[in-house]
Amino acid sequence: MTSPVRPWKRPPTLVRDPRWRRVLQVGIVLYLLLALGSVHVDWLRVWEGLERGQRFVLGFLQPDFTSRWNDIQKGLVESLTMTVTATVAGIALSVPIGIGAARNLVSRPVYLACRFVIAVSRALQEIIVAIFMVAMFGFGPFAGFLTLVFGSVGFLSKLLADDIEEIDEAQTEAIRATGASWWQVVHYAVQPQVLPRLIGLSLYRLDINFRESAVIGIVGAGGIGATLNTAIDRYEYDSAGAILLLIIGIVLVVEYSSSYLRKFLQ
Amino acid sequence: MLEIRSLSKTYPTGHEALRSVSLWVPEGQLLGLIGPSGAGKSTLLRCINRLVEPTDGSVLLEGRDLTGLSTGELRRHRRRIGMIFQEYSLVERLTVMENVLSGRLGYLPFWRTYLRRFPQTDIDRAYHLLDRVGLGDRANQRADALSGGQRQRVGIARALSQEPELLLVDEPTASLDPRTSRQIMRLLTEICAERHLPAIVNLHDVPLAQQFMHRIVGLRAGEIVFDDAPTALTEKALTGIYGEEDWKSMRQEDEEAADSEADAQRRLKEIAGR
Repeated sequence: MTSPVRPWKRPPTLVRDPRWRRVLQVGIVLYLLLALGSVHVDWLRVWEGLERGQRFVLGFLQPDFTSRWNDIQKGLVESLTMTVTATVAGIALSVPIGIGAARNLVSRPVYLACRFVIAVSRALQEIIVAIFMVAMFGFGPFAGFLTLVFGSVGFLSKLLADDIEEIDEAQTEAIRATGASWWQVVHYAVQPQVLPRLIGLSLYRLDINFRESAVIGIVGAGGIGATLNTAIDRYEYDSAGAILLLIIGIVLVVEYSSSYLRKFLQ
Repeated sequence: MLEIRSLSKTYPTGHEALRSVSLWVPEGQLLGLIGPSGAGKSTLLRCINRLVEPTDGSVLLEGRDLTGLSTGELRRHRRRIGMIFQEYSLVERLTVMENVLSGRLGYLPFWRTYLRRFPQTDIDRAYHLLDRVGLGDRANQRADALSGGQRQRVGIARALSQEPELLLVDEPTASLDPRTSRQIMRLLTEICAERHLPAIVNLHDVPLAQQFMHRIVGLRAGEIVFDDAPTALTEKALTGIYGEEDWKSMRQEDEEAADSEADAQRRLKEIAGR
């Protein structure tokens, strides 16, 4: 005797009515087609651009490190200085703001104030901040430094605060029960739980800051980005290629060494 | 000596965890607090050192009311009360020694504890306590490298390094196996006897409470429904504390556990005899 066949199909999860499903599917495809149609492509311009792109790629393949080496070196040193100082200053500011933005440690007004600082910092994209800073403090690495500090604070404080909010409260409770003061609770119960992650995040931010320093240089905030911008403006694609290769190389080195360090610390 | 006068706690959710609980604990007494989960045992312990703020009533330690103390005063009085926790609550990434020394935080200013500059007397006491709980050679290991029983020993040493006048113990054996549970309870009772230290111990394990405690208080729905010597803890009294169904199923579970343990012992003997 054979048991009757019992077919099975996964029941629809989102839209149960098959007619509505059909309408939605057709609608989505139609919208995509119309949207694609509304993008005006000037094929002649694309053709011209291809040629320029080719020159760019060729320059990339034959990078010229020597003829602009002095400018490149100056830009790199400026970028690296900017990156390291901004990361250190960013961490120094982020730790108090991050602690203040952890709901389980501070009173509500402090929490809201610190979260507001973080929200402002995260809402403004680095390039926009850089344009502001350049307008306020003039061209050069100081504007870049301030931009990177501003960005680091938003990034590090938020992630630190979220991390503190997820710590094991039992450990905090035990330290509080010994009669420890607020500072002692932060130092003995909170810090040991979040320190490895804070170090990891700081190394990650160092990495981001270096890449950002190349981007914000283009709007005048100094560093290797400024050198790159000049090279492109002068149609020196071989020098630009050399700069890009150096940036990639340095990002790789920072990436590998920071991931090694993080593993070593945990 | 601890006196609790009509202590009440209502959580913001409206849940009444404690309803006018009064209790008097003389020096050197081991008081076992039993009751079904949600009866308010943990809340009662935490109201004593104000980890949970009581809504009403007072807590007097050696005649001094702990409710209504300012933050600074509270700190000075909290250090007189040692607490031991269910999940040990050690700071996992600190060393055993740092965990024991953290019992001194209430006595020392921030900068000294920040630089780990503990007075020599505190360090001597910590070594002595670690020797007492049998972990003298583990001082510089990280707390997360220890087993459950060892961690609870460190928890005991931390509480004792406060030189407390009272111990609050919250389900000390809930995360331990039966054998280790008994060892830890024995250690606790010995230490309390040595120092003439009163302790309030939350226990979910009734036989353990009967074996080690001097006095049993049964809590049900935030009210004291039993307060007597362990010998007075009859079938009827337990039904009164836990409710008919819960007590029956608890007893059944206990019997099953005992049976399976006896069975395991018998099999081990068989294997050894072969």
